[in-house]
Amino acid sequence: MERKIRVLVGKPGLDGHDRGAKVIARSFRDAGMEVIYSGLHRTPEELARMAVEEDVDVVACSILSGAHNTLLPRVVECLKKEKGTDELDVLVLAGGIIPAEDVEFLKQNGVDEVFGPGTSTQEIVEYTKANLKR
Amino acid sequence: MYLHNQVIQGLREKKRAALARAVTLVESGSEHAPHILEQAYKLKGRSKIVGITGSPGVGKSTLVDSLIGVIRERGHSVGVIAVDPSSPFTGGAILGDRVRLRSRTTDDGVFFRSLASRGYLGGLSRHTGEVITLFEAFGFDYILVETVGTGQSEVDIMRYAHSVLVVMAPGLGDDIQAIKAGILEIGDVFCVNKADRPDADRDVAVLEAMLALNKDWQWKPPVVKTVASQGKGVPELLDKIDEHLEFLKQSNLLEERVSRSYLAALEANLRRETVDLILSKARSDGTLAHALKQLSEGKTYPAALAKQLVKTYLIRRND
Repeated sequence: MERKIRVLVGKPGLDGHDRGAKVIARSFRDAGMEVIYSGLHRTPEELARMAVEEDVDVVACSILSGAHNTLLPRVVECLKKEKGTDELDVLVLAGGIIPAEDVEFLKQNGVDEVFGPGTSTQEIVEYTKANLKR
Repeated sequence: MYLHNQVIQGLREKKRAALARAVTLVESGSEHAPHILEQAYKLKGRSKIVGITGSPGVGKSTLVDSLIGVIRERGHSVGVIAVDPSSPFTGGAILGDRVRLRSRTTDDGVFFRSLASRGYLGGLSRHTGEVITLFEAFGFDYILVETVGTGQSEVDIMRYAHSVLVVMAPGLGDDIQAIKAGILEIGDVFCVNKADRPDADRDVAVLEAMLALNKDWQWKPPVVKTVASQGKGVPELLDKIDEHLEFLKQSNLLEERVSRSYLAALEANLRRETVDLILSKARSDGTLAHALKQLSEGKTYPAALAKQLVKTYLIRRND
């Protein structure tokens, strides 16, 4: 049997809006993936621990609070610590309200791709399938 | 070093990433899985395996969160396996049991893994038994197995758990529900959750009355009221589960349950192996194509054909 693609859809930090997270979770599901939803208000440490225990291929963070430059590099850092390696076999994605000028900074800090408002879910699913790290 | 050796080494050293990867390999039927399972069987100690089942929405996941808290306060480690359904159309799944796990996500004494049922209908997934073995090898004091939200007949959990907790919520059925066969027969401990709602006492009474119909219990299942979201009644619930496990030990029934779980695992594997064997042989020598044609022409029927295939491929001619 082929291995299923597993995705953690995470909500780091303090914003309480997860309509987008649920829409993208549903899109991953409809693409045949197994999606673990973290629930609201998670710390980077919690998300990293979940990603390891659930052995996911993808960590997709939805963030609308504006704290992405603080939280997302911290998610990557925690993932490296939990996994005990700098070479992550997990694809790290971000979505939500993230200004274009912050994208470069996030990519330098371990986020693989950033999807802004208006991105089609199909584009996200296709990108994910094409860029898995294991 | 082979991947499976790495994983086995990691299991011995109690590395969470190793347990997580072992589950993935076993679930996906990887070539490494038999090696890992062989070692896991040797490593495994005696965990208390508790099954948690009940209809969708009665509060199983919230109760699991609350039980984790009580188990940790008492100084024990706990592994959780939570099963949610896969889509029959795409094979995808939303595994939502983590949403209720609020307090102990980064506690080193807790390990939580979500599994998708992947088309398996008994309330668990095809490989849940093997995943339990991996958790036993890791050495948790308790292993909680949360089934998918069940209807009335998803009773597979009783084949793997030492103790089965059936969770109910007030107002979900009258006393005819309580005398039906199926899920209500497999409970070792019953829990009426959301007990701050009206009708909780009536539901407890109905359950008690149903249980009283059986006069010769060796163990009469207790009924406990809980409000899992506030932790109310949950320490008492864990006490009852512990009492049941102690009863099993004292009465030598634990061995029986453990051997039942071995039989279940053996049976599942035998089915898989024999079905694969017969189909691959019948496919390669052309029998299968011929048989399907005969079926579509109405010259035979599936049950007869199955018997014939077993005879052809499994029973030696001189028997």
